[in-house]
Amino acid sequence: MATQDHSPRWDAQLQRRLARGEETALGELYDRLAPMVHGLAGRILADQAAAAQLTREVFAYVWEHPEDFDPAQGSLRAWLGALTHRRAVERLRARRAAEPFPGRGTGAAEEEIRAVATAARMQYVVDSLPQPLRETIAVTYYDGRTYQETARLLGISEQAAKQRMRLGLELLATELAEERARQHGGEDGDDGR
Amino acid sequence: MNQGNTEEERHETLRSLLGAWSLGACPPREAAELERHLRTCPECAEEAARLREAAGWLSLDEPLDQPCSLRQQVLDWCLARRPAELPVPAWGMPYTAETAKLDALLRDLGPEEWQEVAELPWHGGTEQLRPAEVLGRLTAVDGFLALALGLPDPVPAAKGAPAPAERRVPPQDAAVPAPPAAPRVPPQGGRYAEVTARTARLLADQAGLTPQSVRCRWRQQTHDLVRSAALAPQGNTPVDFGYAVLPLRDAFVDRALECFVHGEDVARAVAYPYDPPAPQHLRQMVELVVRLLPRALAGLRGARPEHAGAPGAPAGVGTGGRRLRLVVDGPAAGEWLVPLDGAEAGPPGGEPVASMVLDGLELCQLAAAHRDPDRLPVGEHGDRAAIRAVLHALPLLSRP
Repeated sequence: MATQDHSPRWDAQLQRRLARGEETALGELYDRLAPMVHGLAGRILADQAAAAQLTREVFAYVWEHPEDFDPAQGSLRAWLGALTHRRAVERLRARRAAEPFPGRGTGAAEEEIRAVATAARMQYVVDSLPQPLRETIAVTYYDGRTYQETARLLGISEQAAKQRMRLGLELLATELAEERARQHGGEDGDDGR
Repeated sequence: MNQGNTEEERHETLRSLLGAWSLGACPPREAAELERHLRTCPECAEEAARLREAAGWLSLDEPLDQPCSLRQQVLDWCLARRPAELPVPAWGMPYTAETAKLDALLRDLGPEEWQEVAELPWHGGTEQLRPAEVLGRLTAVDGFLALALGLPDPVPAAKGAPAPAERRVPPQDAAVPAPPAAPRVPPQGGRYAEVTARTARLLADQAGLTPQSVRCRWRQQTHDLVRSAALAPQGNTPVDFGYAVLPLRDAFVDRALECFVHGEDVARAVAYPYDPPAPQHLRQMVELVVRLLPRALAGLRGARPEHAGAPGAPAGVGTGGRRLRLVVDGPAAGEWLVPLDGAEAGPPGGEPVASMVLDGLELCQLAAAHRDPDRLPVGEHGDRAAIRAVLHALPLLSRP
């Protein structure tokens, strides 16, 4: 599945099928990317109804405008991730602006939005890690195992387990640095990706 | 462990630990050794800081649960804005929804949960399978639909015998609702031999695969099936299961029910919650079960004459077959008149000899042999023997 997620051919085929109006293509798109879209929306908006609403809007946008996706610029997953992220942050800003006491400092509110957006972005990156890396990190970190225990559990060498952990975190660290650069690049520098 | 190593080798060894260390996954002695090294090695210290910081972002709250109903909501929302040019036929919807639900459950399974053993009862026994084997079984039986639609068979051919020849077993008592003149239940090994053989071959074939690859194969086939179904919206293509022949539109509903039932078997094994089918899908499943019920009753008459209602000969010979009023309540509510006797009793008619009321989901669970016919809560009125016959016939619709 991980390979198919990242196959440009699959993306381009799906795009053509969406353009032709195949309902099954919409279903496949949903099945593959809804966990990411809904998860990202939920993490940023922290509200079940708002996350569901945003998920509807994002998929409706792709269904109505499949031609907007440009396979040359990256994967469908990345495009949808950026779209979701941008719209969720917009929604969050609008919500904050409508709060009764905006006077406590827009700086603080903006800082909070950034933290939430970074956290969501990182989780999105974790979710998008190649499956072996994600699995190794998940069973180690969330279940509190040593790398030796993880290696035994997954049936891989200890060397491989250590490498996966290091590589996975390296990818996260790179993404984190980029996210920060993007946020400090300007107030409105959040163009998704 | 580093005695005798050069400083460079020691550096590389410790450096390879940085990922594990950042996740707090080194045993204390190794962690202490690495931490001593970090004080003297700026290169490693820099990487350690970066990775530690990245690991800090892992400890996030769990995401919101994705409600099962969201899929339908989102798709409906999209389709209201832009109608599909190539829609999924209504009879394909339960299968689409149930396979998506099972896939969502599997997405959350950890390596240990893939090792749990699920129990899959049917009327002839109980199978014990790991989740990946459950998927193999679903894939093998779904393969009958693939064959009918001209898609590749997921099951490898049997050794020695060419597969197509083996499949030409005539669908004796199953093709037509009317049972043969002398009702009988073929030996179970015989009737289900091909299904079990196919499942066994597929399980052997996928034994070396990771659970995720198995999931991927199964999922790909489910997507391909629905896509082909959308091109054959009439759904008349016959699907030969070996023990029964159903038109494609019924076969899809049948497979949706099977997918739900075994998805729930897996969920039970890993202690996850599992939602029932959406009401409109459950309704389609109930309708199919009710339509197949006369076949099951014929099978029951053959196997256990004491359930025929009147021992010896079917009651009402010459006056027409008896009927039973089946009232289903719950989200898939409806009412049906079920013919109780075979064609030899004459056309069914007259006042129903009995009425029974039960929940639609329970009816489907009973048809999957996942309930005890003697302990199911059922509202009864009229001929108890007829009601008992229906209750005992339903599980015969299940298979290995």
